[in-house]
Amino acid sequence: MLKLENVNTHYGKIQALHDISIDVKAGEIVTLIGANGAGKTTLMMTICGDPRASSGTILFDNEDISSVPTAQIMRKGLAVVPEGRRVFSRLTVQENLHMGAYFRSNAEYEESLAEVLELFPRLEERISQRAGTMSGGEQQMLAIGRAMMSRPRMILLDEPSLGLAPIIIQQIFSIIEKLRDDGVTIFLVEQNANQALRIADRGYVMENGRVVLSDTGEALLTNPEVRKAYLGG
Amino acid sequence: MGKLYNAIFSAGITFVLACLMIGVKLDTDGATLGVTGATPEQWAWIFGGIALVFFSQLFSDQIDAAFRKIPKPQVSHLIPVGDKMTQLKPWLMAGVFVCMVIWPFMVSRGSVDLATLALIYIMLGLGLNIVVGLAGLLDLGYVAFYAVGAYTYALLSQYFGLSFWVCLPISAGMAALFGFILGFPVLRLRGDYLAIVTLGFGEIIRILLNNWTAVTGGPNGISGIAKPTLFGMEFSRKSKEGSTLFHEFFGIDYSSSHKVIFLYLIAVVLVAFVIYVINRLMRMPIGRAWEALREDEIACRSLGLNRTAIKLSAFTIGASTAGFAGSFFAARQGFISPESFTFIESAIILAIVVLGGMGSQIGIILAAIIMTILPELAREFSEYRMLLFGLTMVLMMRWRPQGLVPMKRPVLELK
Repeated sequence: MLKLENVNTHYGKIQALHDISIDVKAGEIVTLIGANGAGKTTLMMTICGDPRASSGTILFDNEDISSVPTAQIMRKGLAVVPEGRRVFSRLTVQENLHMGAYFRSNAEYEESLAEVLELFPRLEERISQRAGTMSGGEQQMLAIGRAMMSRPRMILLDEPSLGLAPIIIQQIFSIIEKLRDDGVTIFLVEQNANQALRIADRGYVMENGRVVLSDTGEALLTNPEVRKAYLGG
Repeated sequence: MGKLYNAIFSAGITFVLACLMIGVKLDTDGATLGVTGATPEQWAWIFGGIALVFFSQLFSDQIDAAFRKIPKPQVSHLIPVGDKMTQLKPWLMAGVFVCMVIWPFMVSRGSVDLATLALIYIMLGLGLNIVVGLAGLLDLGYVAFYAVGAYTYALLSQYFGLSFWVCLPISAGMAALFGFILGFPVLRLRGDYLAIVTLGFGEIIRILLNNWTAVTGGPNGISGIAKPTLFGMEFSRKSKEGSTLFHEFFGIDYSSSHKVIFLYLIAVVLVAFVIYVINRLMRMPIGRAWEALREDEIACRSLGLNRTAIKLSAFTIGASTAGFAGSFFAARQGFISPESFTFIESAIILAIVVLGGMGSQIGIILAAIIMTILPELAREFSEYRMLLFGLTMVLMMRWRPQGLVPMKRPVLELK
């Protein structure tokens, strides 16, 4: 569904990504793990077109999107939950969700709203509350819900567990699995390797802007190198 | 100890500044320049001021505590909420509108004139509110669009004899066009940089109007701009040729106040129109997108919104409102010159938006009324107008930093 071939990305003269090739098939959860500064977020942003890949191709549904404007990419059935939640803090939960369905008709909006609220009952309780007054976990749910409002076929999640309590992280991850069961393809960038690999079908490990390992989630969980580097032995 | 040091430091600064600005003066004594000191009376004032600064710094905690004791007005409980409000709202709106229409027939000409001015500022405030309050783009050159609107009408009326009603939409369109042209290169800037560039643009327009003497008349301005007509009826005592006069048509005696009231009523209608349109826009997805963009640009982009288009639409619509106000201003004054469009106008409009509460329409209407009527009431202090202006701003920011009537959002009620 999403295919990156030999993608290189530069920030000015500094090369952040080296020859990245990644393949995400429809209906999978694919996770990308790596240390800070490995280039995980850069890779995610490159898929969205900011920064642009300096070479290589990015195929989404067999269409090259490496030179399509960001705003257009995000309307093609791809949704992204950016790092650090980034909800519109002074808008209400409902308005936040409405922003997610900006390019869709009212009927479609109502339909998606019902689905998202079913997925996150907590958001329904807080529908007319300002997003900034909610807890971190609720904001993360809102961020995922907002991305789901556009009915994407694929969703990119950038560190959804950032700054959350273990029990909330578990909730978030079980929701991610549920999304996959509903037929959404998921590309998950995570620091929390243990949790991420457990639900992932396949995983990639990044180091210094390169993909150094790729295998199934289970195999990576038991891989001694990965265990040493990310899982604490 | 820290307090004492702080107080001495502040007093020292005050002393240095006061000595430089008031303490010594340059005077021309025949052909030579002489330095004269301040009079004993002035020195007394200076030292009085220094003492004031010293003690207010020394006892700042106590003063703050006293300030906090002043009760903050709670207006929120005066406004009914929920179902009651939705029921009451249309009646309330209709009531206000009827009062606005009847009111001028009962008061003096001067107050109607002042109310018209207040209405112009309401229009400007509402327009800038879109740009600053909703979209969060700090625009310090808003007066440029006001000037574009005013000059569009003045020039079209002077050179082509077009009527006010034809020029009104053209002026709004011209201002919008200028907003669009300016917005295109400028909107990739943010915050302070945007403020500086728009400030520059405001000055460019003013200087252009001042120097393009062949077309705009330069500093002399344009005079004799045609007044608005009511279905072709004029409001003057004698008709030029062929045109009908208002008082003749209705068979009433001529009164100069007819014209003033007519202008006022046009302003009321224009303001009602602007409020209606902006209200609709705020409820549309585009209005929410403006606010979302102010909150978080990256999140907006992640949702597939084109930030340039959204910013540009806010900028253009804001500018067109100023163009509207500008053409009405030109029609009301009958004379415009670049003098009317200096930076201070931009500052006043911005002050209205901040004072009223960014994003809040009621707040801005209130603030616009206060900002136009207060200077008139305080005529005796006209020399100290800017001083009072600054003082009001400082006090407001201390006492109610979110503005008079901050923008309201539905809040969760605990049942």
